[in-house]
Amino acid sequence: MTTGLAGDAAIIGYVELPPQRRPERPPRFVLEQWAALAGSAVSDAGIPADRINGLVTTAVAETKLFAPATLAEYLGLAVNFGEYVDLGGATAAGMIWRAAAAIELGLCDAVLAVLPGSRNVPQSGARPPAEADYFGASSNRFGSPQAEFEIPYGNLGQNAPYAQIARRYAAEFGYDPRATAKIAADQRTNACATPDAVFHGTPLTVDDVLASPMVADPLRLLEIVMPCHGGAGVVIGNRELAARSRHRPVWIKGFGERIAYKTPTYAHDLLRTPIAPAADSAFSMAGVQRSDVDVCSIYDCYTITVLMSLEDSGFCARGSGMQFVRAHDLTYRGDFPVNTAGGQLSFGQAGIAGGMHHVCDAVRQLTKRAGAAQVADCNTAFVTGNGGIMSEQVALVLQGD
Amino acid sequence: MPQDRPLPEPTPVSAPFWDGLREHIIRIQYSPSSGQYVFYPRLLAPGTLADDLEWREIDGAGTLYTFTVAERATAPFFADVVPQLLAVVQWDIGPRFSTELVEVDPADIRVGMRVRPVFCDYPDAGVTLLRYAPAQR
Repeated sequence: MTTGLAGDAAIIGYVELPPQRRPERPPRFVLEQWAALAGSAVSDAGIPADRINGLVTTAVAETKLFAPATLAEYLGLAVNFGEYVDLGGATAAGMIWRAAAAIELGLCDAVLAVLPGSRNVPQSGARPPAEADYFGASSNRFGSPQAEFEIPYGNLGQNAPYAQIARRYAAEFGYDPRATAKIAADQRTNACATPDAVFHGTPLTVDDVLASPMVADPLRLLEIVMPCHGGAGVVIGNRELAARSRHRPVWIKGFGERIAYKTPTYAHDLLRTPIAPAADSAFSMAGVQRSDVDVCSIYDCYTITVLMSLEDSGFCARGSGMQFVRAHDLTYRGDFPVNTAGGQLSFGQAGIAGGMHHVCDAVRQLTKRAGAAQVADCNTAFVTGNGGIMSEQVALVLQGD
Repeated sequence: MPQDRPLPEPTPVSAPFWDGLREHIIRIQYSPSSGQYVFYPRLLAPGTLADDLEWREIDGAGTLYTFTVAERATAPFFADVVPQLLAVVQWDIGPRFSTELVEVDPADIRVGMRVRPVFCDYPDAGVTLLRYAPAQR
């Protein structure tokens, strides 16, 4: 008796726009970005658009409510499943398993999961621009615990709380700045083999990372993701459509999801991250061992996130991540390939679409479309999503036939 | 300090906590059924959803659970207080508390150090913030 997915749904098409630091593409509303990405993903799959009968989205800026219905109408596609996922950087991975579940339940033949990622939207000539929001992932609304108990002390946004996690890690396990810097440097090597990466053509060394300005001790500037403009999306299809699609199907074999807290202050144990139970669930559902994994695509808003995710996903013991990173080559040509297109740190973080980067990274590898960064004989990928301050995480095991 | 630095606005449920700080007393919630102190203030006890929360005074003593020295302001309101010494204190009686460290050289901050409460009044706003300093040796 097994629970979870049977592995009968596959990612059959994808799109990921090359991230841009300054937008060169024309301004588009989120609704328009969604449609354009959907069209590209469906073309990549090579299936008729009218076979789409499910969609998964997150917030759409042009509508406060009713995002799925607004999208169904705009796309001209009535759906049997209209899901809204709100998991920050774990949204993309969370979308993938929900789509697979809808397909395995027989609700849908094909589901679109799309995350627009450009803030370059047309500006109204009649309405005032939106107020700047300095609070990042924190909520400053009246009644929000963060507005009352975090923000007044300056504990807000992402950099400082991630740094607090790294500081606690250092106190319990020790900290090697050259090891965390190596994560950024190895990923940059991968970006330099990936023409679409925003830092393609810009090599980076461990010393470069260590020479970059300290932002929130111990996190330095080049260990922190840089926002870009872009967007990404996938089509998930059933067995029939997978057989008709243009590329090797990427089967969704296992997943896990864990939402633990919002603010790290209130984590039960800051160093036991939610990816641990999520990864256990994903591997056991897929019937796959850690040693079977050919590539990892690990959510990398910060280097410390990669390090702790590798530990808690079970690739090395908790507290041994620094040693693991020093002992392994994380590049596409190495013995433990991680974030083979550069990750968000070096490929670029297109807002919330950054989470989808890791899904697309795995799809490129498993469909043999990673170009110079292709890992030979790549059949099994492990993907993580990470939202908030390592507070909500999703793990996926994806496989080619 | 910039005028627009965000200050807390008490809610009907949290008001006893902020009233306490104004009197330089730390008063937080306690759930007798689970024997747990609770922070931040809630309507029901987290984990058990017991409707038995009562207010108790604590001494606020604790250790430094973690911190960061933020060299870049976490938001423009804090540009004049860089570096920010952003801390999480583990109270001896249980819960953790987000705060800032004061009266300390950033180089001397250590995870696990004993800390003591410092009450910081903002009379214009009618609110008192609770910051922390190294405990006297």
